[in-house]
Amino acid sequence: MTKPSEAVARQACQDVNLDPTRLLDVLHIVQKECRCVDDSAIDAIAAEMGIPRVRVDGAVTFYTFFTKEPVGQITIRLSSDIIDRLQGAQEVADALTDELGIDFGQITADGLFSLHWTSCIGMSDQAPAALVGDTMVTHLTAETARLMVRSLREHKHPPKLVQELGDGKNAHPLVHTMVKNNIRQPGSIIFGPINRGEAIRKALGMTPVEVIRAMKTSRLRGRGGAGFPAGLKWEFTRAATGDRKYIICNADEGEPGTFKDRVLLTELPDRIFAGMTIAGYAIGAQEGIVYLRGEYAYLKPYLEEVLAQRRVEGWLGQDIAGKQGYHFDIRIQLGAGAYICGEETSLISSLEGTRGDPKNRPPFPAQHGYLGYPTVVNNCETLCCVTKILENGAATFSEFGTEQSSGTKLLSISGDCTAPGIYEVEFGVSLQKVLEMAGATQVQAVQVGGPSGQLIGPDQFDRVLCFDDLATGGSIMIFDQSRKILDIVHAFMEFFVEESCGYCTPCRVGNVLLKEGLQRVLDGRGEPADLEQFEQVGAMMKACSRCGLGQTSWRPVVTSLQSFRDQYESRVADDPDGFRRSFDLKKAVATAEKITGRKSVHA
Amino acid sequence: MPATKPRIATTSLAGCFGCHMSLLDIDERILQLAELVDFDKSPIDDYKQFTQHCAVGLIEGGCCNEENVAVLRDFRTHCDVLVSIGDCATMGGIPALRNMVTIEECMQEAYVSGPSVYNPSGKVPDNPEVPLLLDKVYPAHEVVKIDYHLPGCPPPADTLFAALVALLSDEPIKLPYQLIKYD
Repeated sequence: MTKPSEAVARQACQDVNLDPTRLLDVLHIVQKECRCVDDSAIDAIAAEMGIPRVRVDGAVTFYTFFTKEPVGQITIRLSSDIIDRLQGAQEVADALTDELGIDFGQITADGLFSLHWTSCIGMSDQAPAALVGDTMVTHLTAETARLMVRSLREHKHPPKLVQELGDGKNAHPLVHTMVKNNIRQPGSIIFGPINRGEAIRKALGMTPVEVIRAMKTSRLRGRGGAGFPAGLKWEFTRAATGDRKYIICNADEGEPGTFKDRVLLTELPDRIFAGMTIAGYAIGAQEGIVYLRGEYAYLKPYLEEVLAQRRVEGWLGQDIAGKQGYHFDIRIQLGAGAYICGEETSLISSLEGTRGDPKNRPPFPAQHGYLGYPTVVNNCETLCCVTKILENGAATFSEFGTEQSSGTKLLSISGDCTAPGIYEVEFGVSLQKVLEMAGATQVQAVQVGGPSGQLIGPDQFDRVLCFDDLATGGSIMIFDQSRKILDIVHAFMEFFVEESCGYCTPCRVGNVLLKEGLQRVLDGRGEPADLEQFEQVGAMMKACSRCGLGQTSWRPVVTSLQSFRDQYESRVADDPDGFRRSFDLKKAVATAEKITGRKSVHA
Repeated sequence: MPATKPRIATTSLAGCFGCHMSLLDIDERILQLAELVDFDKSPIDDYKQFTQHCAVGLIEGGCCNEENVAVLRDFRTHCDVLVSIGDCATMGGIPALRNMVTIEECMQEAYVSGPSVYNPSGKVPDNPEVPLLLDKVYPAHEVVKIDYHLPGCPPPADTLFAALVALLSDEPIKLPYQLIKYD
């Protein structure tokens, strides 16, 4: 029986001590208990916390996992990512709609199930996948989807769907998931030997400035995609004035096709937390926050346990590792399904308990971050590198990779290959080599760096993965000869239209213009002028968008236009009369014809 | 003076004639313009049909009904260069506000249920004199290829004049900031 939403909301506010920055936690509780956050809950939260109603309403409507209308007791969220789709997500979707008797976006009459599409859930190497409640269900087929629904009808308990456990810590009782790590090629840095505690001991034996110097000597660059030098970021934050400082771990990997952070969080959480502890020491922070994407909620109890264990062992808390005066602790904030929150300023907005809107930069988070305090936001993988740099020394680290891109990189490889999964490679490896490792043949195209990266063809497979050439946050999606390039690009643009936060016009409108233009081309109603427009819109978005989303989301269209121009050109033509081929007068007057009961004289 | 002057045509589609008013605001320079060009189909000389092929067509307004589409296509066929002038032609403008509601609702409100409507029959007019509305209002360039766009509501007379003179004399257009500043 559900309780009245107002009472649940008030209690949830009390549970977080009326702290408005914990709004997401409150919304998670209300959504879970009431299956929605309705208007009366919103009123109650606003009143209880003393914050504007619109702030609560804005947050509820911003995040995918919060809804104003009730969802089912069990939510089935099927990943709509292109890799899932190419591996049969549509057949799974058809089976689900048939078995449940509802369409996507609907709820069954008994209120037990609701069905939703959702953006990539980080399971591209075991697609098609769905999030059922908080439970990951991988390798779905039409058949298993039907069986899943039937067994859920009986036991109504998604965790019971897990029959066969995944490898490694996926089998840990607190994780208990069928997800597999698929670590195909462990390297010597991230997956190198673990020497627990050594990195922190070494760091605490140095001065903070020395730790930062070690980072700079290692030439470590951020692994999230942008590649900003980590040491420099720490140095700026250390130098900035503020009563408090924060280190945030960005575990909101939402770039479609990326799943390396999921594996790191599963297998190497100690490394991540140690990296945060060291960063905290270096910049002068006492608090660290892990922003964990909502899709990975199944990892939260396990991660909390790891944190608790670290507190017991003295790696977190007061006087860490016996170092007098260095206090540091970490909490986990769960996200709620928003790709944009992987962008650091949006992530900070979300942590502050608001919509995950990006902020203007400058000021950069290093000066003015979480709650206005100097803040470092580092990717999970970057933090793992930090521990290795301290264990083995900066010089050893920088022996790997290239001059501008030191160390190794985790690749999340998915799509048309025999061995999708995680590969730790040295920076500077050629794409051709990577494709061979993954067992990819007959490759038509590779999307490097996720949808916001670039789509390249075989003539460029000799290019190398590093920040100077093919920069990537790790997503490598492989498409063989049977795939249709324009359909792939269209799917990426659908994703960006969905995930754009809508704050700035270049991104909100630009993505739609590109998607519609692409649709015209796909419909065979495109013109050469459309292709020119793609490039113009792309340049405009790059120059004018507020954050990294709009600054890069044009790239699937423009880079595929460069690499696969013939596929576009074969579909476009000029109209001999100078009329737009995309305008269909018959269609445009059809409704008016129906209303007036008269035929058009021109159509 | 050239032996045969270039011809220009103008039309107001889903617009308010404000852009044409602005064109008339070039005042005595209309004499200068008349030396440069002959007007063909245009509300200015009231020619209803094209008499010859034209060098330039000026389009005010977007397309809200089937007749707008027919006229615009006629312009495309008869003119070498088409220029969208004003915000309605370039972006849909005020008429495009109706794109927020369905055409069914629009017609219902306008002809049946609006508070000031007196229509005992309760029917939407089906007179062939009234062109059928399109499902939404389209800017001109979504219906035919448009060569140039001049924004503004309306574009000031000086802007229109500068653009026309540049176009007809085949000179690069010079539009100082003041002429394209609209706030």
